[in-house]
Order: sequence, then C-alpha cells, then structure tokens
Amino acid sequence: MIQAVRKMPLSALAGLVITLLFFLMALSAPLIAPYGLGEVVGKVWEPSSARFWLGTDNIGRDLLSRMIYGGRTTIFIASAATLISFTIGSVLGFTAVVMGGWCDVLLSRFVDLIMSIPGLIFALVILSVVPATILVLILVMAFLDATRVYRLSRSVAESIYAMDYVEAAKLRGEGTGWIVLREILPNALSPLVSELGLRFIFMVLYLSTLSFLGLGIQPPSTDWGAIVKENSDGLVYGITAALAPAIAIATLAISVNLVADWVLSLTTSLKGGRS
Amino acid sequence: MHPMLKLLIQRLALGLLLLFASTILIFVGTSILPGDVAQAILGQTATPEALENLRREMGLNEPAVARYFSWIGGILQGDLGTALTNGADITQSLGKRLGNTLFLAFWAAVVSVPLAILLGVISVRYRNRLPDKLISAVTLATISLPEFIIGYVVMFLLAVKLQWVPSVSLINDGMSLLAKLQAIALPVIVLVFVVLAHMMRMTRAAILNVMESAYIETAELKGLNGFRVIVSHALPNAAAPIVNVVMLNLAYLVVGVVVVEVVFVYPGMGQYLVDHVSKRDVPVVQAAGLIFAGVYILLNTAADLIAILSNPRLRHPK
Repeated sequence: MIQAVRKMPLSALAGLVITLLFFLMALSAPLIAPYGLGEVVGKVWEPSSARFWLGTDNIGRDLLSRMIYGGRTTIFIASAATLISFTIGSVLGFTAVVMGGWCDVLLSRFVDLIMSIPGLIFALVILSVVPATILVLILVMAFLDATRVYRLSRSVAESIYAMDYVEAAKLRGEGTGWIVLREILPNALSPLVSELGLRFIFMVLYLSTLSFLGLGIQPPSTDWGAIVKENSDGLVYGITAALAPAIAIATLAISVNLVADWVLSLTTSLKGGRS
Repeated sequence: MHPMLKLLIQRLALGLLLLFASTILIFVGTSILPGDVAQAILGQTATPEALENLRREMGLNEPAVARYFSWIGGILQGDLGTALTNGADITQSLGKRLGNTLFLAFWAAVVSVPLAILLGVISVRYRNRLPDKLISAVTLATISLPEFIIGYVVMFLLAVKLQWVPSVSLINDGMSLLAKLQAIALPVIVLVFVVLAHMMRMTRAAILNVMESAYIETAELKGLNGFRVIVSHALPNAAAPIVNVVMLNLAYLVVGVVVVEVVFVYPGMGQYLVDHVSKRDVPVVQAAGLIFAGVYILLNTAADLIAILSNPRLRHPK
C-alpha cells in the first residue's frame, strides 16, 4: 500500500491533495472564513477587491465566506448521504447474494421499482410533503442512491460468491458472517471504494440541484447550489458571482474522479492485473 | 409462439406493471409519510378549523386505500384532479406544458443523437490521437457539472457576452416555428451537452468492440479508407447497443428538462412541477410526477423492445 502511494501518478496525487484541501476547508470553515455567513459587509455585487477576494453577493455579503460555509454544508451532507447509502446498499447487496432465493428476488425487484422513477422526480415528490431539513435531505438522497450501490455490490458479490475459495470456506463450516466479512468484502472493496468517490460527486451534484430549485438547503443556511440561485439574476448584467460555485463543484468533481480512477487501477493491479 | 414475440410481450407487460407500481409509489410517497399533509400545506400556525376543512376538501379523512382508488380511477378517465393553490383543472394546465416540454426534448434529441454518433465515429477513426482525446476531455468535463451550472455558463457566454440569443426562453402560440426555435436555442444546447457525453462514449465503445472482428480487417485490407470502414462496415453491426443507449439517454433527457426549464424560465412541465412542490400543492405534484415517471418508463421499455427487435439471433430462431 505504501509502495503504491509512492508510485502514485501525478494526476492522482494532485486530485488527492485538492480533495483533502476541500475537506480541510469544510472542517475549518469558521476559522478561515473572513466574514460571518449572514453578515452584510458591503454593497450589492461589488467586484473582487483586497477586502472581498471574490466580491460580494446579491445583498452585499462576502462571497468568499459564503462559498466556504456553503462548501461546508455541501460536503458534509454529501459525505453523510454517501456513507449511509453505501452502508445500506452494500449490506443489502451482499445479503441478497448470500441469502439468495426469495430474499434476493424481493430486494432486487423493489430496487428495480424505485429505479423506474427518475431520482430527481421522486425526491421532488417526497419533498412536496416533508419539510426539507438537513436530516430529511440526507435520508432521501441516501435512500434513493442506495439502489445504485445495491446493484453494484450485488453484481460484484455475485461473481465473488461463485469463487472456489468461498466454496472452500463454506465446506470448512464458516458461518454467513465470516463469508460476508472475510471472503466477499475484502475482494469487493476495490470497485466499491472507486464507486464511493463517484457516488460522492453525484451526491454533490444532486444536493446542488435540489438547492438550486429552492427545495434543498433553506436560508439562512446556504450551499453551493443555493449560491447559484441567489446570484443568478446578476448574470444578465454580466456579474459572474453565480459562476463561483460552478468552478468549485467542477474542481471537486474532477479531483475526486482522478483519485477514484487511481484507486480502481491500484486494486486491479494488486489482483495481479496489468500494473 | 415466436420466441421474439413472447419476449416483446413479456417486456411490455413488465413496463405496464412498473407503471402501475409507480402510481402506488408516488401515492405512498405523498400520502402515508410521517406528518400530516394538511399540516404541511398550511404550516404550523394553521387553526384547527382550517386544517379540518382542508382535510375534508382533500378527502384525507377517508382511508388511504379508498383515496388511492378514487385518484387512479380519475387518472384512467383523464381526470388528474384540481390544483389546491388556484383550483385550476390539472389536466388542462398540464396538457399545454407537456407539449412545450416534449417540443424542447424533441429538438434536443434531433441535435444530440446524430452529433453523438458523428463524434463517436470521429473518435474511433482517430482513436488515441488528438481528436479522440479532445472529444473525450470535453465530454468528461460536461459530466462533472450539474445541468443548471452548464445552463448558466452557456447563458453567460452566448446571451450576455456575445448577445446571440435571448437569455430566457419565453414561447407562446403566436410565434412562428423559426422564432420558437431561436427562443429554445440555449436550453437545447444545454440539454445536448447533458446527454451527449454518455451517448458518444457508448457509441465509441460499441464501434471499437466491432472493430476487432475479422471482416473489419478484410475491409481494411481491401484498401477502403478509414471512415468508409467504420461507417459502412462497423457502424451497422454496432447499431443495437447504440440504439439502446440513445433511448436510455432520451429517457434521461426528460429528467434533465426539469432543471433546464427552471434556468431558462421555459413554460414547460418541469417548471410547473418545481413551482408546485414549493407551494406544497400535492395533487399537482402527484400528477406531474406520474407523467414524468410514465414517460421515463415508456422510453426505457421502448429501449428494451428495440434491443430485442434488433437482435438477429432472436429474429431467426433455430
């Protein structure tokens, strides 16, 4: 593993560093943000200056501070939703394979049904009756995304479950818990970790879209999608404040993708593939 | 029975089943969730009398199963109910907006499908060389951004900086087709970006897959030029997966439309849905959600039907 990190290609290293910087920014937001989240400190849509690095937003708040606090919300919610969706999705996916029979059929058909309705539409339907609190958003996003994790982990586990060493473990008399945790999980980890990065980015895009539509993060809190919504009117007058989150989201997405690609190539080479 | 016909009927039945199940899912999603729908609509400050009135008006005092059947019965007769916010007939308000949305999605498809296939062919012809890498870099970048941000970037560049087209897409019945097309130019460009990447990459992969075959080598040895080999020998045999991925992306287009309509203030279904979600107008959300789900399921089913039809092994059973 250490050797692999040392041989890390430059692109993956850059991706990793930038991703870590984003998370660091999210963790230390109150320390590094120059102004408070809701503090009106200047005039409306001031251009960038020494006082306001990115200028000010639609009611004169410091855009850099709002980007930092908004990034904190975006990254926190996306991470929480990704972790929950991965836990539910992979546990159910592995269970379906190991249990087989009606359990597998029931779970798979239910997942097919959920996936037959576009995720965004389903989220809108649910958010029309439940208030969009942070907890609700995390749970809705995690629940809808768990279906995709379920499909992946089920198909990965299915091919591993057919391996001779799993058969050997079964003949040895190992229990279901051992087979899932000690035989399937370590071998399924590589595609799953790579997918983790992609799902995280998907969550960032998903949350931003909901907030942009006014159905995600509610004021006074903010996130990157809400910043676009607040400042979109300025665009017609040539004010680019609304494009700041675009750059942040794109940078984060590309960085995480670079790391995910590297993780995937790393684990296939550990399995004896081409390095 | 012909095995292909059997497969087609099975897939069609599955589509109908999914459609039926999705009505249950949408109904359950809006009705039996924790919390009172009437309370959610009126807010915490509502008086008990107002709550009671709304509950009676929406039939909330009846059991959920009875409400479901009266809802689905209405839908089967083309009656989607009335909006809570303004009492308008939903079927009427939806009809015109659905037309607008399909108009937008149709033109996005007309532009993106041939473009995706053309770019796919070009990147196969120059694989691993500059054009291929350039196309793949640009398409990757469009995947990493949400639709609404691509929308604002395109709006900023083409409508604000270059001033080629208006920044909002207002259309009405009185406009000529040409004027309408000019009005929807920006949303169409954004939608093309949204679906192009996936279609183009799948086209490339499907053609590359065929390029390994012996008959391609024959065609090359015959001295045909590169494009000719790809277009008239490789492409027809890669058609099945390409058609399938095109249909799947058209289904995705229907969802992308929601966000893009909001960005460009286009009077379609998506904006209608989003507006009424924030107003907590449950009957409208149910109706619009169902139509989106229906179109999505329809296109997905069509994708599978075409895949079955285009498989020669199924056409001529042994």
